[in-house]
Amino acid sequence: MSKANLLNRRAVVASLLAERKGTIVVGGLGASTYDIAAAGDHDRNFYLWGAMGGAVMIGLGIALAQPDLPVVVITGDGDMLMGMGSLATVGLQKPKNLTIVVLDNEVYGETGGQASHTAIAADLVGVARACGIPDSRAIATMADIEAYAPGTHDVTSGPRFASIKIDRANLERVLSSRDGQYTVNRIRGSLGFSPI
Amino acid sequence: MHARTEPASEIAPSWPEDIFTILQRFDVRQVPYVPDAGHSQLIERVLGASSMRGIPLTTEEEGVALLAGAWAGGQRGVLLMQSSGVGNCVNMLSLTQIFRFPFLTLVTMRGEWGEFNPWQVPMGSNTQGVFELCGIKVLRASHASEVREVVEAAAGQAYNACTPTAVLLSQRLIGAKVFTK
Repeated sequence: MSKANLLNRRAVVASLLAERKGTIVVGGLGASTYDIAAAGDHDRNFYLWGAMGGAVMIGLGIALAQPDLPVVVITGDGDMLMGMGSLATVGLQKPKNLTIVVLDNEVYGETGGQASHTAIAADLVGVARACGIPDSRAIATMADIEAYAPGTHDVTSGPRFASIKIDRANLERVLSSRDGQYTVNRIRGSLGFSPI
Repeated sequence: MHARTEPASEIAPSWPEDIFTILQRFDVRQVPYVPDAGHSQLIERVLGASSMRGIPLTTEEEGVALLAGAWAGGQRGVLLMQSSGVGNCVNMLSLTQIFRFPFLTLVTMRGEWGEFNPWQVPMGSNTQGVFELCGIKVLRASHASEVREVVEAAAGQAYNACTPTAVLLSQRLIGAKVFTK
């Protein structure tokens, strides 16, 4: 496994979301949520500050409720490993508008950089494909990310899974709102739903 | 997960149909579940309904996160599981307080009322306590005749008042699993 030329997570997420239009974006707890915030606050950003292992399922719930809108889950290898069963659930439901992107730095960066399973053994692309997500791939260059981003808007060809190996730099935290009710009600409002 | 022996002499109970009717009336669209024999009739109805999507899970906590996403996307849901699955949900149940979304779960009970299998007893005995510690209101139905009003009340407070609610469907209602004749 080559460790050369690992990508910068902020550049990856900024590129993925540069032309996001109506896309709803779910960020896994920790650095992925900071990355999404760094790319720019948005009323369709679903920031997670907990619920480890739940990012993909939250994305699936949104994707099934809003089949005409693209939904992109951007999370880390730790969250994805904890919620690995959710890839099987997605593989069964096959939501055409859902994209799952794992920013894989092979460590638990928020807790001191302990090695994760992807550093040595676990192949998340293989797991996703074996769970019934045929469009599962590893992306290794910024050019390939730029080429991949427009496809995430296609709500007829998902689900998709991509693993992107990123470097382990602990970047400055860009803090999003931590208020879950605010976050969810803002998304609902952008979709035209009133408060109860 | 377990199969229950179907008493040959009895016709299918009507309470699962009562639940299905209530869920339709409340416009429930996403129905995540880990299968349980006690829910089998309801699951079949859900899978056959064009307005609902039955979503099999690998573990129950997936369902809590799914329903949070469904709510963000404008849909209501209900989580179907067995009492032993409640323990699998604990951290994810935080979402009911974080988002104050309309969480409803219907739980078939094991580990009580003539239980044969001791492995079901610890979680079954703690199901109500776990929910209450997690801030979930608990209602219980023990007789077929009360299922309708209990589930109606639960759905009402969950969907109208965003009060996270669990309904425990007693083993007395469902019937204890028969392992030996």
